[in-house]
Amino acid sequence: MTVRTLAIAIAASALLAWPALAESHGGKVKVGMITTLSGGGAGLGIDVRDGFLLALKQSGNDAVEVVVEDDQRKPDIAVQLADEMVQSENVDVLTGIIWSNLAMAVVPSVTAQGKVYLSPNAGPSALAGKGCHENYFNVAWQNDNLHEAAGAYANDAGYKKSFILAPNYPAGKDALTGYKRYFKGDLAGEVYTKLGQTDYAAEIAQIRASDADSVFFFLPGGMGISFLKQYSGSGVDLPVVGPAFSFDQGILQAVGEAALGVKNSSQWSKDIDNPANKQFVEAFQAEYGRLPSLYASQGYDTANLLLSAIEKADVKDTDAFLAALKAADFDSVRGKFSFGPNNHPVQDIYVREVIKEGDVFTNKIIATALSNHSDAYAADCKM
Amino acid sequence: MNREGILNAVLASSLVLVPLWASLSGEIFAITLATKIAILALAGVGLNIALGQGGLVSLGHAVFFGLGGYAMGVLASHAQDFVPLLEWPFALDGTKSMPVIWITAILASSLAALVIGIISLRTSGVYFIMITLAFGQMFYYFTISWPAYGGEDGLPIYIRNSFPGLNTLVPLQFHFICLALLFAALVFSARLKTSPFGLALNAARQNGERVAASGIRPFDVRLWAFVISGAITGLAGALFADLNRFVSPVMFSWQTSGEIIIFVILGGVGRLFGPVAGAMLFIILEHFLGDFSEYWQIFLGLLLLAVILYSPGGIIGILAGREKSHV
Amino acid sequence: MPPMLLFEQALNGFQFGVMLFLMAAGLTLVFGVMGLINLAHGSLYMIGAFFAAYVAGLTGSFILALGASLAAAAAAGAIIEVTVLRRLYDRDHLDQVLATFALILILSEGTRWVFGSFPLYLDLPDYLDGVAVLPGGLEYPIYRLVIIAIGLIMAGGLFLLIARTRLGIQIRAGENDREMIAALGVDITRLYTIVFAIGAALAGLAGALVGSIQSVQVGMGEPVLILAFVVIVIGGIGSIKGAMIGAILVGMTDTLGRFLLPIAMSSVMDASQAASVGSALASMSIYILMAVVLAIRPTGLYGNR
Repeated sequence: MTVRTLAIAIAASALLAWPALAESHGGKVKVGMITTLSGGGAGLGIDVRDGFLLALKQSGNDAVEVVVEDDQRKPDIAVQLADEMVQSENVDVLTGIIWSNLAMAVVPSVTAQGKVYLSPNAGPSALAGKGCHENYFNVAWQNDNLHEAAGAYANDAGYKKSFILAPNYPAGKDALTGYKRYFKGDLAGEVYTKLGQTDYAAEIAQIRASDADSVFFFLPGGMGISFLKQYSGSGVDLPVVGPAFSFDQGILQAVGEAALGVKNSSQWSKDIDNPANKQFVEAFQAEYGRLPSLYASQGYDTANLLLSAIEKADVKDTDAFLAALKAADFDSVRGKFSFGPNNHPVQDIYVREVIKEGDVFTNKIIATALSNHSDAYAADCKM
Repeated sequence: MNREGILNAVLASSLVLVPLWASLSGEIFAITLATKIAILALAGVGLNIALGQGGLVSLGHAVFFGLGGYAMGVLASHAQDFVPLLEWPFALDGTKSMPVIWITAILASSLAALVIGIISLRTSGVYFIMITLAFGQMFYYFTISWPAYGGEDGLPIYIRNSFPGLNTLVPLQFHFICLALLFAALVFSARLKTSPFGLALNAARQNGERVAASGIRPFDVRLWAFVISGAITGLAGALFADLNRFVSPVMFSWQTSGEIIIFVILGGVGRLFGPVAGAMLFIILEHFLGDFSEYWQIFLGLLLLAVILYSPGGIIGILAGREKSHV
Repeated sequence: MPPMLLFEQALNGFQFGVMLFLMAAGLTLVFGVMGLINLAHGSLYMIGAFFAAYVAGLTGSFILALGASLAAAAAAGAIIEVTVLRRLYDRDHLDQVLATFALILILSEGTRWVFGSFPLYLDLPDYLDGVAVLPGGLEYPIYRLVIIAIGLIMAGGLFLLIARTRLGIQIRAGENDREMIAALGVDITRLYTIVFAIGAALAGLAGALVGSIQSVQVGMGEPVLILAFVVIVIGGIGSIKGAMIGAILVGMTDTLGRFLLPIAMSSVMDASQAASVGSALASMSIYILMAVVLAIRPTGLYGNR
């Protein structure tokens, strides 16, 4: 009844660097990672996993044992894996979930059972406001954050009238709400598309017919690739703004020329100038032979946050361990990083532009959209 | 007792004994897996009445499974938030009581099965497969975009619903509730098969005209079979939601319909314990193949293909031989 | 609303319909001739797109990429037919559905194994990029016009193939009476393999054509597969003409529904809510269309069995 267990190798030098760590805190920390490793959305889960494992490997900390399982992007499988990790594997900390709907299925139940959950990607509003929990930490962003930053950037860029679109599901509605929360101009149109839609001719025709001066869209995964390719071939040349998800390293190569010059909001970019980030980008490339993505950076930060807390407190001493997590005393690849009152990030969010470096499409930072940005739900959180 | 009888007894007793052993030895997760097997088998027993006894290939049973799930989700979420379900024309509160939720789930899914059945049963063959799929897709897209109960994010229920006299939070007790319902459904299904109604249904599957000639409308027989089938699958949906403490539109997806069909086929179509054997194999494979390779679905596909090509009788067919003619 | 926009949306609907026809034609052909429901048709579409992207990346030629998609999908189709599907012709539809569902699992994860988990790049050549100005001043992407043209040529070609050629006569005879044409000395096994390969090639071509303006990724086949089934069921399974009409109906309903329903809703509720409710109704519209058609004509518009 064993699951794939990835025991983290012990390097002799690491033992010297982290003297007697395991002894001082009374044994091992077991981490359960539930993430998407098969099917269409596997790229994101693989990046989170690889970023996370890279950080552990670099630390050389042999006190952390990670169990990785594939949720197939199905909520009921994720719940079953969480049950297994809590009931049978006795993990101390859970992490890894990519999608909001899977997070909603797993997080409330594991935190209620006293486990710590570190979110490397999803940040649904229900878990940031009334449903917040002292055992739940979001290391990526609250779902609205990047959209809010896009709205703020649209003001700075002088846009007065935006056409906005997103899929018709909760994250899509949060996206448009987030954009509208910061955008001061008017809307030329607001359109909800079908989840999984692949043809955007009808929406692009509406954009063409409207009097918009800019387009904001949130279409994660394949939907965004389809939209951008079709938009760039449509002859409509309004400026486009979006969150980083459609311009991430993993899918940017599939969008190609169509994405060049597009502005997107992100809390991370590979050109953020700090030693931790430089080191991360190089090490990730050396280890896996590809550029790191946003998701990889989030997985990496999640692991480093965990390591920083393990160093300070015993995972069995819950109060001390939670306090150590909350202190967020680690070198984030994003530079500044701290937790707000609802255990969600307070961080800078940048605007990036898609550029071409040699043969590779990537992003460079052109501005800071929001500084020390928290989220709109923190006030509702009674912890 | 013939070989199939012995096999059935082994399957049934393993669902009783393995969780008992797991409870004694502290392997709580094994109970969770066994409960999942029992619930999915229940959904399969429901489908098997339409599919095995009635020959109705429904690719839309996720509708009933999902409705059962949402019956639980809606009632329990109103109860946990203390928001009344209805204020007009009469005040109605949500509930955390399992029996009430089950009855609601059964009523909702039989009503849906009645309406879908009246429209769909006019067609046959591939058209029937596809029209039931179409209804599934309607419910799926509706729940994704309907914000009141979470949309695609789904609806978490923090504490499992209650059953009078039992503590459902104890995994073993919840397991036996599910198992009792599964056994009840199996007994019902066996009785149904040999009842005059079941014989008429079987005859309608083999030759509709001949049944019509004896004065029974095959449409009516099929419709009632479809309703009964939907009701049982709906009950399973409510239990599944309680097992996960969560409902989401995925319960309505066509993949869910496909999975229910798969373990009915894996186990053996029309065989009483077919869904039980199939659900058991499916869950065990799903759980253990994942450890084997990241690309484990390739192996699941190959296995499924092998069963369909070389052993149309499913596992029960392999282990217990051909079905005895039973009339 | 400006009439030009309505016209453009109707054109978009038509274009989407033609795209669906490319996908549905192979599916309905295979069903008509062999009586086989092939859920793995979407996987052949995916294989076409992946090989097109691979060859385009290697050679930089879009034409070669299209050729590769045809060849790869036809080859994959022939292999699947010979190894698996030919054992299923005598089985009931349920076995066919499940066996081809198993093929989806194998082919999807197999593709991911070979090509990786990230979407591939496939783009239009410069000569197909950009817009053409139609009469009335409407700007319309050249590539979408090309898709319409290719789709119509393929439809015409299929009609001719079935109505005029020797193969077509054998296909029609095979639909009506397998034993008879076998008795007349036609190698029915070979005929079936050829028909299946043609259907697969059509799916592969559709994958490559559509992949150039969409996302080439694992799992891209299933949503289109379901749409294609809706199309052939509405049209009547086995009928190429029905597939054409069904495809246009579905394309129009979907596109115009997405466009008009939110506008219609905004007369009774505020804009943001109307956008959401209208879109929810639009995503259900084609399934409602299908249920209505089948409730009235249980074998589709042009079905005969």
